[in-house]
Amino acid sequence: MLAFVWLTVITALRVLGRNRLRAGLTMLGIIIGVGAVIAMVSIGEGAKQAVQKQIATMGTNVIMIWPSYMTIGGVRGAQGGAVTLTVADALELKKRIPILSETGWLIRSTMQIVNGSRNWNGPVHGVSPSYVTIRDWSFSSGGSFTQTDMESAARVALLGQTVVENIFEPGEEPVGAIIRIKNVPFRVIGVLSPKGQSVQGSDQDDVVFIPFTTAERKVFGTLFLGSVGGVFVSTERTEDLADAAEQIRQVMRARHRLQGEQPDDFTIRTQVEIGKVQEGTSETLTVMLMIIASVSLLVGGIGIMNILLVSVTERTREIGIRMAVGAKRFHILIQFLIEALTLSVVGGCIGILFGVLAARLTTVIAGWPTIISSDTVAVAFVFSVVVGLFFGLYPANKAARLNPIDALRYE
Amino acid sequence: MNPLIVGEDIWKVYRVGDVEVQALRGVSVTIEQGEFVAIMGSSGSGKSTLMNILGCLDQPTKGQYRLNGVEVGQLRPDQLAEIRNQQIGFVFQSFNLIPRTSALENAQLPLFYRGLSLKEQRTLASAALQRVGLKGREHHSPTQLSGGQQQRVAIARALVTSPSLLLADEPTGNLDTESSQDIMGILEGLNRDGITVILVTHEVDIAAYASREIVVKDGQILSDRATKGRSQVVGA
Ligand SMILES: Nc1ncnc2c1ncn2[C@@H]1O[C@H](COP(=O)(O)OP(=O)(O)O)[C@@H](O)[C@H]1O
Ligand SMILES: [Mg+2]
Repeated sequence: MLAFVWLTVITALRVLGRNRLRAGLTMLGIIIGVGAVIAMVSIGEGAKQAVQKQIATMGTNVIMIWPSYMTIGGVRGAQGGAVTLTVADALELKKRIPILSETGWLIRSTMQIVNGSRNWNGPVHGVSPSYVTIRDWSFSSGGSFTQTDMESAARVALLGQTVVENIFEPGEEPVGAIIRIKNVPFRVIGVLSPKGQSVQGSDQDDVVFIPFTTAERKVFGTLFLGSVGGVFVSTERTEDLADAAEQIRQVMRARHRLQGEQPDDFTIRTQVEIGKVQEGTSETLTVMLMIIASVSLLVGGIGIMNILLVSVTERTREIGIRMAVGAKRFHILIQFLIEALTLSVVGGCIGILFGVLAARLTTVIAGWPTIISSDTVAVAFVFSVVVGLFFGLYPANKAARLNPIDALRYE
Repeated sequence: MNPLIVGEDIWKVYRVGDVEVQALRGVSVTIEQGEFVAIMGSSGSGKSTLMNILGCLDQPTKGQYRLNGVEVGQLRPDQLAEIRNQQIGFVFQSFNLIPRTSALENAQLPLFYRGLSLKEQRTLASAALQRVGLKGREHHSPTQLSGGQQQRVAIARALVTSPSLLLADEPTGNLDTESSQDIMGILEGLNRDGITVILVTHEVDIAAYASREIVVKDGQILSDRATKGRSQVVGA
């Protein structure tokens, strides 16, 4: 049996080798289909992983609460027009919801940051020390500020990588330097490790952190003390996120005295939800890919079926000879199935090669991240096998059912 | 011992559109193991049809055919294939070798379907080619061989399985006189070694190699008689 399969494969290769152009053209559909799928999936996977990395830069098990400015009579209240989220809210959440492990808050503004003769216009965040912890920021030098700095409204600052690059000379040590934010002098006590782009596409390293109290009292000139731009909380376990989010909603609605039908005056987003939104986008992409793949594999498969039907007709007499000397239907069936498989598998392998090459080129030329997983390659291979079997079956069966006499007489 | 071939009232009817062609009309024939039979008759008389049935390539429309005691009429295609592979060798007028395939591989073919190892296939096929005088031509493809040589490859393929029955349908029809005599010499030798040979021909001097002559006309046996056989003539 093994000898039979082996010799049949050799025969198939020989037959296809005799008609190299024809075999090549037949395989084109499979090559293009498999190649496109490999390339696209690699790019898709790369993008997905990049997004996952971005989501991870938010922190671990994070829930974000933003004020949402109510629309009254169709007119949206100006930003900051109503104080809907406060430090007191955050402290209340911390007190009332035990599954929250950390609670932090921030207030944001864009300001001029000056170091000597260099200056930079960038986002300045007044944050609670816990915010830095929740966001999993680490330090490339120096360290974070403390609760004491917070209570004393100390003039200390943490600089993001982009800010450092723009207001310090290369090689110059920022920690210990005095910079001015809106003309208020601040001592740099830490440089944040880079996080790169956020999910929304903004540069997360273009940021300066100062203590929340310092920001509201000495720099921003906030109208209502205690009003915050956002509250960040985290849970110990990912499974608790949804539950925590619901509890936060209840506590917030009660605090803000919202009745029955009144909409929330805040927005809650968990890290998992944001991840899901991104996954949804890549799912659409996956469906598109599946359609492209199916169509090209279908076309490739029909090509194989067509050429096999031609081959069966051309070799009717050969089939008759084989039957006359004792080939059973099964032998003939296997012979043509193997021919179909050889076409589809060789085509599939060439396609995989081209796909991998295309993905690599995409990374090199366009700089997009691509991931070629062994799963993708395996699935592509299996698909080419299945296509060969499926589309080879009809012609092979047609050959196997020939009557030996008729086949021998065929001209 | 049972006769090798027992055919009783064999009919073969082809239907072409609305027309019925009665290719065989009640043929009964018994052939013993080791005979050398020539079937003669004019073109269209039903010789090939009879051969195909005797060779299990085809089945009778009506009547019985027993090969080695086995009733063939009811067998399924795969069982017929098995019988052809195990017991029967074919030689055709048009050689019927597989193109672009070496003499050795052509001769191997029945063994390939028997599931022998590649090594056994090669050994037996080489021996068969040697027996028909084609030693050294194993790797020639059909187009690199003369007609007589091609027919010898076909004979090698037929005898490689050591069949009990060898059927030759006008084996010399496409050959010149000299090659014809070579081929007949080989068949004669095989028959001497115990293989039953049934030969279709319409040439009298080819039929003369056989020891029994059956004449077919319009799908029926016209005459069936023993002849002296050429070997005896030569020997005398
Ligand atoms: N497959 C077939 N379909 C229809 N008619 C056939 C077929 N095979 C043979 N015949 C007819 O049967 C008769 C006998 O044919 P055949 O056995 O080939 O004759 P021979 O070999 O003696 O020349 C002829 O009339 C032929 O036309
Ligand atoms: Mg004939």
